[in-house]
Amino acid sequence: MSTNLKTTSRKTRRPAAGEGRPAGVRLTADVDARITVTAPGAAVWQYAPAPEAHEYIRLAPQYDLFVGGTWVRPARERYAPVIDPSTENVLTHAAEAEEADVDRAVRAARTAYEKYWRRCPPASRAKYLFRIARAITERSRELAVLESLNGGKPIRESRDVDIPLAAAHFFYYAGWADKLGYAFRNTEVEPLGVAGQIIPWNFPLLMAAWKIAPALACGNTVVLKPAETTPLTALWLAEIIRHADLPPGVVNIVTGGPQTGSALVTHPGLDKIAFTGSTEVGKDIARACARLGRPVTLELGGKAANIIFDDAPLDQAVEGIVNGIFFNQGHVCCAGSRLLVQESVHDVVVAKLYRRMQTLRIGPPLDKNTDVGAINSRAQLEKIQSLVKSGEEAGCTRYETQCVLPSRGYWFRPTFFTGVALSHRIAREEIFGPVLSVMTFRTPDEAVEKANNTRYGLSAGVWTDKGSKNFEVAARLRAGVVWGNTYNKFDPTSAFGGYKESGFGREGGLFGLAPYVRRVS
Amino acid sequence: MNRLAVRKTLKLFIGGAFVRSESGRTVACELGGHVMQAARATRKDARDAVRAARAAWPGWCGRSAYNRGQIIYRLAEMMESRRAQLADGLRASGSSRVAAQREVDAAIDRAVFYAGWCDKIEQVLSTKNPVASPHFNVSSPEPTGVVAIIAPRLPALVPLVSTFLPVIAAGNSVVVLAGDADPQTAVNVAECVATADVPAGVVNLLTGCRAEVAPTLAGHMDVNALDLWLGDEAVACALHDAACTNLKRVRRHKEPDASFWFGPDAAGLAWIEPFVEIKTVWHPAGV
Amino acid sequence: MSVDAVGLEERAAVLATRSIKKQSKIVGLRLAIACMDLTTLEGKDTPQRVRQLCRKAVTPDIDDPDLPSVAAVCVYPTLVREAKDALAGTQVKVASVATAFPSGLAPAHVKLQEAKEAVAAGADEIDMVIDRGAFLAGRYREVANEIAAIKDATRPALLKVILETGELGTYDNVRRAAWLAMEAGADFIKTSTGKIHPAATLPVALAMLEAARDFEQCGGRRVGVKVAGGIRTAKQALQYLVVVKETMGDEYLSPATFRIGASALLNDVLMQLTKERSGVYQSEDYFTKD
Repeated sequence: MSTNLKTTSRKTRRPAAGEGRPAGVRLTADVDARITVTAPGAAVWQYAPAPEAHEYIRLAPQYDLFVGGTWVRPARERYAPVIDPSTENVLTHAAEAEEADVDRAVRAARTAYEKYWRRCPPASRAKYLFRIARAITERSRELAVLESLNGGKPIRESRDVDIPLAAAHFFYYAGWADKLGYAFRNTEVEPLGVAGQIIPWNFPLLMAAWKIAPALACGNTVVLKPAETTPLTALWLAEIIRHADLPPGVVNIVTGGPQTGSALVTHPGLDKIAFTGSTEVGKDIARACARLGRPVTLELGGKAANIIFDDAPLDQAVEGIVNGIFFNQGHVCCAGSRLLVQESVHDVVVAKLYRRMQTLRIGPPLDKNTDVGAINSRAQLEKIQSLVKSGEEAGCTRYETQCVLPSRGYWFRPTFFTGVALSHRIAREEIFGPVLSVMTFRTPDEAVEKANNTRYGLSAGVWTDKGSKNFEVAARLRAGVVWGNTYNKFDPTSAFGGYKESGFGREGGLFGLAPYVRRVS
Repeated sequence: MNRLAVRKTLKLFIGGAFVRSESGRTVACELGGHVMQAARATRKDARDAVRAARAAWPGWCGRSAYNRGQIIYRLAEMMESRRAQLADGLRASGSSRVAAQREVDAAIDRAVFYAGWCDKIEQVLSTKNPVASPHFNVSSPEPTGVVAIIAPRLPALVPLVSTFLPVIAAGNSVVVLAGDADPQTAVNVAECVATADVPAGVVNLLTGCRAEVAPTLAGHMDVNALDLWLGDEAVACALHDAACTNLKRVRRHKEPDASFWFGPDAAGLAWIEPFVEIKTVWHPAGV
Repeated sequence: MSVDAVGLEERAAVLATRSIKKQSKIVGLRLAIACMDLTTLEGKDTPQRVRQLCRKAVTPDIDDPDLPSVAAVCVYPTLVREAKDALAGTQVKVASVATAFPSGLAPAHVKLQEAKEAVAAGADEIDMVIDRGAFLAGRYREVANEIAAIKDATRPALLKVILETGELGTYDNVRRAAWLAMEAGADFIKTSTGKIHPAATLPVALAMLEAARDFEQCGGRRVGVKVAGGIRTAKQALQYLVVVKETMGDEYLSPATFRIGASALLNDVLMQLTKERSGVYQSEDYFTKD
């Protein structure tokens, strides 16, 4: 296929001083004319607002810690506001756990481990987990609304991805609880004991499920710390767990910020730490655990290459690019944030991508037709803005979705840069936002070399219609997950985790069990 | 009159060649009743060894598992043909005749054991995952990359081969810092490796002081994993800490009793698993 | 360019989750009527039935005179004259199936003659079928030549080329057939005859729309897309409109470039519109079935 679109000849258009709208960035004039999505004067069929009903969910003014099967007030009675990032409204307040609270939670988990959980017949552990899975499904819409309200992600994603996958994780690991002998053949294993688990704000309930389900299935008890900005669904999960009649203390949930996390990591009463988050924090945790001789698994950052060969199914590849970088506002550790396009199809891919990007609907997370929601926090928005600025300063050409952003809340237009070099910050640092860096290559060897030229190694994408090329390139990519002709797919049966500085240990599938057992020798 | 023996210069084994330390330094050790000088590896020797290991790695992990198995089996053959040399070396460092022979035999058998593992690892550690979408999905192991091993001190032979064989069987290349108790045995092992068709750089054997070399290996940004056999907890912690700089995979052990190395837990899949990465590959299945 | 089936179906499935409510639903359903080829293609069709259909085509709901007329009435060649008479003086076009519909299996000269006669009888639009046998056997030039010949013989009628995607087996074939038809002179590419299952599906429509978009981008003409067969509910119609809107842009949402071929669909659309107007759910008994 050929194209007569030219897309690389103009630098970013900067707004004049005092110009009210944000940096309007456009393609060259001839491109604009050809791929304008709405013709002037055409009868425009617009989607009416389609808000998901949420009035039935009543939030209390504040939420306590879930410790030993009940809600307890934090020792210092400190509560932090929980924000709706799409409006900056305060939704409620969540307890800030400090050392004494973490200690209480760890003790509760230890007691539960010794008294109930390690003695609990595996088949019963399974049944508890099945109960949780079912209860999540039963309350799925409510959880989806909360996830979108608190996290800013579109209800379409929380409804169709986050919550069903969370339930599926519990369902999957439930079945393992009484079959560990088949998972670890030739080896006798036992649970580690009490696991401290720290999760990020991008997939709050799903990450809680990734952590809690395998730990419990293997016979451990847990203390989970949700992310500071997104505690709500974890608190709902606590309630679900309470209603499932799990023995008190098997799951404890302590909300709070970095201090809470650090108190948890270094607490002497733990047997294991599992962390998902940034590489920077991950290294600190790795060091702390090294000092303590404590087992640790880390699922950290990424800067994944999404490689488009000239023989790729291009329309699906463009969907994969969009899903790879704009899914969940790009707040995805495995986001396909570096697009490597074979030079011969660069222009057509960029034109298709730009056109497709204009159809993305950015807006209220609770609108059922929203594709891209709000940035999770002000801090994250500022980080994205600063990295995007560095891209502009480096002379890269910027393209973005033309749309009006809401006046309140944290928003960022889906954006991509062309003319990016590997040495640019936007090609090296994890942006964790809806910003894509486009680079080109000429041969498969060059693609692989560029893809692997990073400290990270979490994921990668390969798009080609040629099976043998797909196999070979997938094998040569140093990344824990390689998506061939698809992107950002997740499943509880499928292992997920990184190479190099993207962390170690696997979550999901058979391999997700190993981090929660030790060999009995 | 007895024939005057020809003594061997004890060198480092880097990139398939026996070399002196770049510093020219040696460390004296008393073996078999006389003093020998073993090469004393420096930080730069460690750097060179890592460079050699990195260069050798793509070729080594790119070979078929069957071929790697054949090469490790060839190593067993070389060791078998050097049984006397290996045993003499152990006796020189104080083993009894019986103990030395037993250790040599165990070491050779270990090589045979891992020769047979090479083309089983991927099968035993792979899963085909029944994902709930129309995708083909497989998780399977790949070698971690360059692995640095701080080998146990004693005994000199079985622990040395027991630590590096599973790592190279999985397709990694290694830089091994041998225990300082018996550098001659480390060199004897290197000679077996050198004659066994093991590609240059896949196995690099250093002798010298732990305190000098281990921190370099632990902190090296191009080393992917670290296997620590150290009795001193504080030293192990410091090395582990340094390894966190690039998030190396770290396995830490205290130095076990000699008897451990002859027991059932001294070999097996558990020795391979820490040095592989599980990669999951997705692909749509549809027409 | 190839098509990945799973990715294509995934995209279509996501588009199908668009929530179209209230005013958006009303506007969308009116658009669906305006883009409709109201169809009757049964062996038992009678002139009486065709006349009745034409009345409904012009005024879909006598209780709602503001509703647009449908785009065209689609009949067999022998009923073209009947339809033409019934639609005289209106904007509604007469479309005729042709070329040995639905199989396409007749000698070339017979098919050509049939199409010519349909136009002579007053057909404004010709819905021809391709010879799938020839296509699947790889005789692409033969298929293209036939389309070009029919186009030449039926000018200035609008030519819609039915790919019968349900018989093509793969989306790659759908795209290849679509491209071939566009290059050979089709004004519209159309999914199905309605006589083969599966008929139109969202992914097939998406694949054809993407082909039409790329064809135009590559310097070709703007070619329309018609989905036909199995589209019975207002909800389905809205889903197709969503796929068109988000793939091609709003300006493609016009009978000049998009058609829905259907028979039972109109009544469901009318029921839904009445429901939106009245606020109460409707019964089929209140909507005429002829």
